Amino acid sequence: MTTTERAMTTSGSTDPTAALELADRVVGLARARAGDAEVEVTVRQGTEGLTRFATGFIHQNVASEINHVLIRVALDGRNASTSVDGPADDESLGRAIDNVLEAARVRPPDPEWPGLANEAAAPAVDHFDEATAAASPDERARRVRAFVDAADGLETAGFCSTTTVRLGFANSAGQRLAGRGTAAEIDGIARTPSADGSGRWTSVQLADLDGAAVGASAAAKARTASDPTDLEPGRYEVVLEPDCVANILSFLLAYGFNGKAVEEGRSFAAVGDPQFDRSITLRDDVTDPGTLGIPFDIEGTPKRPLDLVRDGVTTGLLHTRRTARAAGVESTGHAVEGGAAWGALGANLIVEAGDHSTEALVAGVERGVLVTDFWYTRILDPRTQVVTGLTRNGVWLIEDGRVVRPITNLRFTQSFVDALGPDAVRGIAAERAIVLAGWDSIYLVPSLHLASWNFTGGAKG
Amino acid sequence: MDDIAKQAVEAALAAGATYADARVMEIRTESMDARNGVIEALDREERAGVGVRALIGSSWGFFAIPDIGSKAARRAGEQAAAVARASTLVAGKDLGLVPETPTTGHWASECLEDPWSVSLAEKGDLLESVTRTMQEHGADLAEAGHRIWDTRKWFASSEGTVVDQHIVECGAAMSATAVGETETQRRSYPGIRGQYGTRGWELVRELDLPGNAARIAEEARALLTADVCPSLDATDLILGSEQMALQIHESVGHATELDRILGWEAAFAGTSWLELPKLGSLRFGSELMNITADATLKGSLGSFGYDDEGTPAHPVDIVKNGVWVGALSGRDSAALAGIARSGGAVRADGFDRIPMVRMTNVGLLPGTDSLESMIAATDEGIYMDTNRSWSIDDKRLNFQFGCEIGWEIKGGKRTRMLKNPTYTAISPRFWGALDMLGGPEEWTFWGTPNCGKGQPMQIGHTGHPAVPARFRGIRVGVRG
Repeated sequence: MTTTERAMTTSGSTDPTAALELADRVVGLARARAGDAEVEVTVRQGTEGLTRFATGFIHQNVASEINHVLIRVALDGRNASTSVDGPADDESLGRAIDNVLEAARVRPPDPEWPGLANEAAAPAVDHFDEATAAASPDERARRVRAFVDAADGLETAGFCSTTTVRLGFANSAGQRLAGRGTAAEIDGIARTPSADGSGRWTSVQLADLDGAAVGASAAAKARTASDPTDLEPGRYEVVLEPDCVANILSFLLAYGFNGKAVEEGRSFAAVGDPQFDRSITLRDDVTDPGTLGIPFDIEGTPKRPLDLVRDGVTTGLLHTRRTARAAGVESTGHAVEGGAAWGALGANLIVEAGDHSTEALVAGVERGVLVTDFWYTRILDPRTQVVTGLTRNGVWLIEDGRVVRPITNLRFTQSFVDALGPDAVRGIAAERAIVLAGWDSIYLVPSLHLASWNFTGGAKG
Repeated sequence: MDDIAKQAVEAALAAGATYADARVMEIRTESMDARNGVIEALDREERAGVGVRALIGSSWGFFAIPDIGSKAARRAGEQAAAVARASTLVAGKDLGLVPETPTTGHWASECLEDPWSVSLAEKGDLLESVTRTMQEHGADLAEAGHRIWDTRKWFASSEGTVVDQHIVECGAAMSATAVGETETQRRSYPGIRGQYGTRGWELVRELDLPGNAARIAEEARALLTADVCPSLDATDLILGSEQMALQIHESVGHATELDRILGWEAAFAGTSWLELPKLGSLRFGSELMNITADATLKGSLGSFGYDDEGTPAHPVDIVKNGVWVGALSGRDSAALAGIARSGGAVRADGFDRIPMVRMTNVGLLPGTDSLESMIAATDEGIYMDTNRSWSIDDKRLNFQFGCEIGWEIKGGKRTRMLKNPTYTAISPRFWGALDMLGGPEEWTFWGTPNCGKGQPMQIGHTGHPAVPARFRGIRVGVRG
């Protein structure tokens, strides 16, 4: 064991009890100062390590310890929040509490203050791996070595990371929760002079990450994507790989299933309406053994499995305590830090698997495009979900069920909700991958075969 | 705090680093958001810690601890060296650093009205009142907010540089959204995400949110019934200065980041269409195009005294008379590229992130025309302003941008309002089509507080001096 390994291990306790105890202590400090205050505290502790490589070698290798305390107080509905990253001694925390109490006192009452979460148990979830929590920079570097070697001479770039989170929540209404989680990722590209190809894998445990397999996959994609030629823009069938599907869902979530977007009339989502193809079932479920995450949000609301779309019919929405109050329903546990202006966001979205291999999806395409990744997607109108973006890291033309040639990257301008609409989905893959877009945005998604996608420009404009 | 940073550096050197630097930081922030006459969120944040960067061979090791005590600093230094050493499993050529004369000093941004001295009640009243005004004038959703960042940092390097800085940044934003039967339309002021600078609360007062609330609400409502921007393969396009700031940021700023050009960001942020051998000769745009990266500009959001590897701020020419002549760089990237001096453009998002190449104030120098003279000189075209969407490829070459509002220009006059205006082009062709530029009186230092880059993700604050500009023969009106 190296010096680094020892230090990382001792600094990274695997038990979330300390986080819960600190949350309890902060609630106590606040109530000692203002006995009538409603108080909620989330403590996030842990470690992050990320080993980054480019042009074939590790150029940035970073690690950090986390001790984050988020405090929200309310005095007769006058509420304010503060957070502290730093020493968690009583003096520092007391100063932050005094500050946030002062802020709450001078602001006007909030007529939409939803109050605190009551006592409720969270689902029994422990997406945690002891070995990943203790992982050293050497272990990440070994996987990078394997990725680079497997690319067999192609230039490479990417990262391998490990994350450990220990979460404690306590409020003055008696709700107390503790949870923990780990995540490990390897994500990279191999490059030829004319094309890039990507490979990635995410798991709760670092041991699942096979750097050589991911590197070889990236290299194979890069080679088959090389020497691309242009394709005339227009509407084509598409087979979208999991990263693209997760990207689509991120827009449907933030601008659609988000209870706040619905409240404000900016969302397409209409519960009870058949808005999607009948083959689409979409749920939010942190208890699924195939995903990652922690089963409660920053307001202390447990996350229970929730159907958003069942057999093509919109069946549910995501809520924070505030958006739930406005809608007259219960929170679904989707409040994220700093997300008040956005609404309900954090999610473990899962698309029900189909029964095809990705190869079988391709075989079902008459004339279309196979896309590895999307890039730089931006919404043009939230209501219609029209989004523009580009393809990246490997794109090919499919004719008569066969990949016939690599093509240059294309720009698209496409309504994401229309793309998954009734009769628009022609196939769903059986295999799914985890796509981690931050600790609060986790997707378990398959490849999809869609009937139509609007490519509006080529790489040359 | 200087001593704490020095102790971290000493520990890293003792653990085997050939070079090390450390930043001790204390950061306070405040944000307040109002929606439809109600303060919806009031958040404050306090962050304190030390981050140490250690160089061994070809790799930086970085370690951060949320603590500013001596013991934590020494441990961070040791761990940074240990993390760097782990990189030798996948080593490249040793990284060099271009020379920089060791310096000591202090720098503070100018702040005429301390934003912390303005009461929360006054701040709240402002935001509540402008959102109510927007509602009264047609907004279904009226939002407003302010942000304050107050950063103190102490830097020390193993070469003897010891500097400290106090940077206060603040600004505000508001927007009005009108909801139609099948769409939403939004107008923002002063820009899509507001306006920010390294200034005090005087900036927020100068914005005059109350004086613009009714106008943007009425414009948002009017856009619901406005004609859609026509789809044209080529027309004259006039962009307001806020949209020009976005245009500069995305298609010039990121494209000229040296770490992207060297391939260090290839897997995520991407690379660049610019190739180093063409530095000094490649035509990026028309003769009117002069871009500088200048962290010394007073009050702009990308201003500072020293970057996060201790290099004093200094202006760098990026594009001169349309020719690409410079890059945004740090000491390591400059050394690898054969550039004599760092551009002083390395910064980190807090103590817990490794410093990397970031934009400073990357801006377009003004010309001699004006928005009104451009419109008067345009027979047929579209004028667009206020960014609404932005998408650009990983080489920073192919872009499609959308604006909140447009107007048709006919016979030298601004005519009907247009909704959903978009335009698309390839960067050097677009900049080559630049033929008119606003003058010094229209030069605005736009601040972008949300520039994402790096893994783990870092959010950077950048400045973009910009003026209105006209481009000939641009494709507009791309639709889904």
